[in-house]
Amino acid sequence: MSTNLPPLGMLAELTHRCPLQCPYCSNPLDLMKANAELSTQQWSDVFEQAADMGVLQVHLSGGEPTLRKDLDTFIEILARRGVYTNLITAGVSLTLDRMKSLADRGLDHVQISFQGASSQVTDFIGNMKGAHEKKLRAAEFVRQCDLPLTINAPIHRYNIDQTDEFIKLALDLDAERIEIANTQFYGWALLNRASLMPERAAVERQIHTIELERERLKGRLLIDFVVPDYFADFPKACMGGWANDAFVVSPDGTVMPCHAAASIPHMRFHNVRERPLAEIWQHSPAFNSYRGTDWMPEPCRSCERKHTDFGGCRCQALAVTGAAENADPVCSLSPFHGHVQRLAKSGLPNAQLTFRRLGLQTPAVARVVPVSRDNPVGD
Amino acid sequence: MNGEAINRQSRPYLPRHVRLHFDPVREKYAVLAPEKVFWPDEVAVYILQLLDGKRDLNAIAGELSKVFDAPHEMIAADTLSFLQLWHELRLVRI
Repeated sequence: MSTNLPPLGMLAELTHRCPLQCPYCSNPLDLMKANAELSTQQWSDVFEQAADMGVLQVHLSGGEPTLRKDLDTFIEILARRGVYTNLITAGVSLTLDRMKSLADRGLDHVQISFQGASSQVTDFIGNMKGAHEKKLRAAEFVRQCDLPLTINAPIHRYNIDQTDEFIKLALDLDAERIEIANTQFYGWALLNRASLMPERAAVERQIHTIELERERLKGRLLIDFVVPDYFADFPKACMGGWANDAFVVSPDGTVMPCHAAASIPHMRFHNVRERPLAEIWQHSPAFNSYRGTDWMPEPCRSCERKHTDFGGCRCQALAVTGAAENADPVCSLSPFHGHVQRLAKSGLPNAQLTFRRLGLQTPAVARVVPVSRDNPVGD
Repeated sequence: MNGEAINRQSRPYLPRHVRLHFDPVREKYAVLAPEKVFWPDEVAVYILQLLDGKRDLNAIAGELSKVFDAPHEMIAADTLSFLQLWHELRLVRI
């Protein structure tokens, strides 16, 4: 096999620990404890290796990355290598002193999540009283340190009608960007799918608002939009293609093509404790499983969009169709598309939310239930 | 104000968090910005290297017309439309 191009981006999940308990958290259901995490020396070495390989951007995430006291050291290492650093934080545990320290080490950009545009929604979804006020203060600290700020707004049934307020919040906080990111249904979000699924009418209102606001705020605020893909006709280009230009390192050093890849049962992952990062990128079976387009069955194989969206998302194909190599079922060309359309209508107002926590006994609904054309309901 | 349009008298610059970076692995320039990487072509790299917040657009076009064999007016118009787009993407400030 020819040599793969070097990766551009690395998502470093420094820890799974987090003061918030969002019911759509992108961490796996089986959360790792602190004693499973890589040491300071191990992470430092991984960041040096990533820079050697040609990684240009590192997203420092979690859980809550600022819970790692050695975050400052990591930023210093990456800045020295010219690697661009994005801090992805909940913001509830940040002080001005810590922010100053991170800025002094060379941090380039900060993204703060807001679970709602009001304290009522933020505190409810994160399951933490006073979270919204703390986030507002953290955003001020970021701007006081003269760092650029992105507001990340994860969207679902409970806040989809707050689009205007989210944009106003971003402008009030002097943000550079806002990400209006509709919940993607993996892990915790899959567990809570029926509760989080928005109404189609709300999705249409949201898209209309965003089109108007993008035009109005051109040059003032960048609005990035992650569409609710269950309502779309074609899939997202997940990760820009499997193992194409980015990878994820979990708290314990497992290297994955995307943060949900561990949900695919037959995947075998390698760990930075055992092998060099460059070797994992080139040769790990998990990376090579769906790299490029040769693995694709129909309808992707003969599709003219295969280099545009790369067949969509493997984890979603698995979660909905039972086979990771199938076309992403949100695609209108997938034989399973009708099932996704039914799921998109299956949202339940006031349904119970399971908040993220350690040691959850996985209930049946979170297990992968394959559907077939004969059994279109599946779950 | 950030929302205003670029014109011939604007003095554009890259904000501190938008970095023109020579990537030794790929042996070409990248522009690193919040959560994004751009790959400017040779002409764009020239333009970006001239953005210092002191030169106005006319002066930038003057510098470029020394390097590239093209009429000043044409270069100024092309540079303006390039910088207008980058300004809308919040990569360039005035």
